[in-house]
Amino acid sequence: MRFLKVLFVLVLCGGLLFGGFLVYAHHAPIETAAPPAADTFDAATIARGAELAAMGNCNSCHTVEGGPALAGGRALETPFGTIHGSNITPDADTGIGRWSKAAFSRAMREGVDRDGNHLYPAFPYDHFTKLSDEDVDALYAYVMTRTPVRAPTPENDLVFPLGFRPLLAGWKLLFFRPGRFAPDNVARDETNHGAYLVEALAHCGACHTPRNTLGAEERSAHFAGGTSDGWIAPALDHKNPAPVPWTQESLARYLRSGFDRHHGAASGPMIEVARNLSRVPEQDVAAMARYVASVMGEPAPERAEKGRALVATLESGRTPVQTTGSSAPGGSAVPDPIYAGACGGCHDAERGAIDALPLSLATAARLESPQNLLHAVLEGVHPRNPKAAALMPSFDGALTDEQIARLADYVRTEIAGEPAWRDVAGTLAKIRKGAASGSGESTK
Amino acid sequence: MITLTVNGRSHEVDADPATPLLYVLRDDLGLHAAKYGCGFGQCGACTVMVDGRAVFSCVTPIAALPGRQIKTVEGLGTIEDPGPMQRGFIEAQAAQCGYCIPGMMMRAQALLEQNPAASEQDIRDHLALNLCRCGTHMRILDAVKRAAALMRSARGPDAGTTVATDGAAR
Ligand code: HEC
Ligand code: HEC
Ligand code: HEC
Repeated sequence: MRFLKVLFVLVLCGGLLFGGFLVYAHHAPIETAAPPAADTFDAATIARGAELAAMGNCNSCHTVEGGPALAGGRALETPFGTIHGSNITPDADTGIGRWSKAAFSRAMREGVDRDGNHLYPAFPYDHFTKLSDEDVDALYAYVMTRTPVRAPTPENDLVFPLGFRPLLAGWKLLFFRPGRFAPDNVARDETNHGAYLVEALAHCGACHTPRNTLGAEERSAHFAGGTSDGWIAPALDHKNPAPVPWTQESLARYLRSGFDRHHGAASGPMIEVARNLSRVPEQDVAAMARYVASVMGEPAPERAEKGRALVATLESGRTPVQTTGSSAPGGSAVPDPIYAGACGGCHDAERGAIDALPLSLATAARLESPQNLLHAVLEGVHPRNPKAAALMPSFDGALTDEQIARLADYVRTEIAGEPAWRDVAGTLAKIRKGAASGSGESTK
Repeated sequence: MITLTVNGRSHEVDADPATPLLYVLRDDLGLHAAKYGCGFGQCGACTVMVDGRAVFSCVTPIAALPGRQIKTVEGLGTIEDPGPMQRGFIEAQAAQCGYCIPGMMMRAQALLEQNPAASEQDIRDHLALNLCRCGTHMRILDAVKRAAALMRSARGPDAGTTVATDGAAR
């Protein structure tokens, strides 16, 4: 009897707690609104909305490759399962055509949809919450004036029990800090403008900041380097490993054109970011670059000196080498024949008609894992325009996995002068498995 | 000395291991089907097959190739007895200047060996890496479809029906 009583009390408490939680987790729906007429918004607001949408990469997650813009369906692979970007065209039934500005604003700022459901943080509202009213309005104007597309968003496929949205209230309680961007009073206006664009809109940290086991960005490790789609997004703080230290100018060039002569081309998930930034005003990108450069800080004198020496060698038409290693390209000893035959023709300054970045300057060779280098060799390096020829061809098939692993080792130790990576073959196998299961690719 | 297996035959080659396969094929082995276009894996004229996959022979050093099966257009058939891929190209009269054609054939061959029921879109996607400056793309597409049909019928009625149902299903 006693036992049953205790059990009863426990169940009652549990039920009350859970009920309380559900009440806490609940948000009221916001009334539907008639789709706004086209003349609701002025042209300048829509045009600014387009630029903000480009900086916010809305198209990256809300458009299937080759599909209609913002109509949703793009599958985002997360450690917790697959989440689909929703249809955010103004279609009344399958999009957000009946969302008032208040409903849109609540989604952007609080991660709650019109019906009151919590949204998954794969939607970077942890950044968008910092947006100004004016910018949310402009984004709303832009989105609501796109062509409506009828396309139901596919169901998500998440590990149990994460499909239950009220649980997200707990996640938010732990990790989500709603609130507007707070400018730094000491910093200059341009830096603050850049900080606002980067933190509130461009969400660079969504990839370049590490995440904890529950998928939240680690605040204490801002810009310390993260991952995206099987790629490493390198650190953008003082630990950035680029052999030639980034400057505000080189960052601006890279972000806007997808290329910088001393750092190479944006690749992998970074391509789309650069493609989007090519469509926004130069002064906005300059401000972002200024802020990112300020987070990186001035390089230590020794590193700056090394960088200047590398650039001087490159500008004199020779391949800079990092090491006193015996078999470096352009050096005295014979380089690895696979490197020399497959890579050196483009990557060695002495030989190239192509002038590709010498791999001694490549960030990919200096990261903690060979992922990015292996991606480059397996998939080739592609320019921002997906229809144009590859900058570098894929070597998948030309080289065996064993040869690719040995080549990665060679580039790492002999050209970049870094200690050998631990498990190149294992990393390569993992990338192949990811490719076979079609991770990150569109479903169409 | 490096031993290369080309079209099923073994060759001892005395060349720097960093030498691109293309140069060895053309200069040492006298196999002139693969062409030098750009030298940077951008145009596809040098495409050959290695272990069943299409590769750019101009950026593939012979050091990577011992023990692997290399195939060139010379391995697809002869003038007297052209193989299905070659017959497809002859039937469709797909060549204008012809420079890109061997590369096109080898990339298409690799595709059809892997996927005999390749759709038109599959063919377009695969051949996108190979450039043709004369503009004979529509005929090249036609040639590859003919080759696919010839390969299917060569595999006999059983293979033919399997492929046909596959084709209907997609
Ligand atoms: C990194 C990927 C990503 C980016 C970038 C992104 N979104 Fe989303 N967004 C999502 C995902 C995923 C969802 C669905 C979340 C869910 O189902 O809980 C979503 C949901 C939404 C919703 C709610 C739609 C609904 O029907 O519930 C709106 C509105 C929205 N996004 C607007 C935007 C806008 C505007 C931008 C650009 C400023 C943007 N998103 C950028 C991933 C993204
Ligand atoms: C979707 C994920 C993603 C987002 C969002 C993103 N990046 Fe990246 N970024 C990457 C990846 C992955 C790489 C590594 C690939 C490469 O080097 O091209 C990279 C590379 C870079 C590099 C080169 C670093 C180096 O040392 O080589 C810079 C600089 C950079 N990103 C800046 C930014 C900035 C600034 C933003 C925001 C405007 C941003 N990134 C947003 C994924 C992302
Ligand atoms: C046809 C010329 C060409 C060949 C051959 C080539 N590359 Fe590249 N590679 C490029 C170009 C162009 C880029 C883009 C960066 C740039 O423009 O400098 C690039 C980029 C890279 C990057 C990315 C650098 C970074 O940090 O973002 C890596 C790694 C790389 N190549 C490795 C290799 C290796 C290893 C080989 C040999 C298997 C090779 N490449 C062969 C032209 C080439």
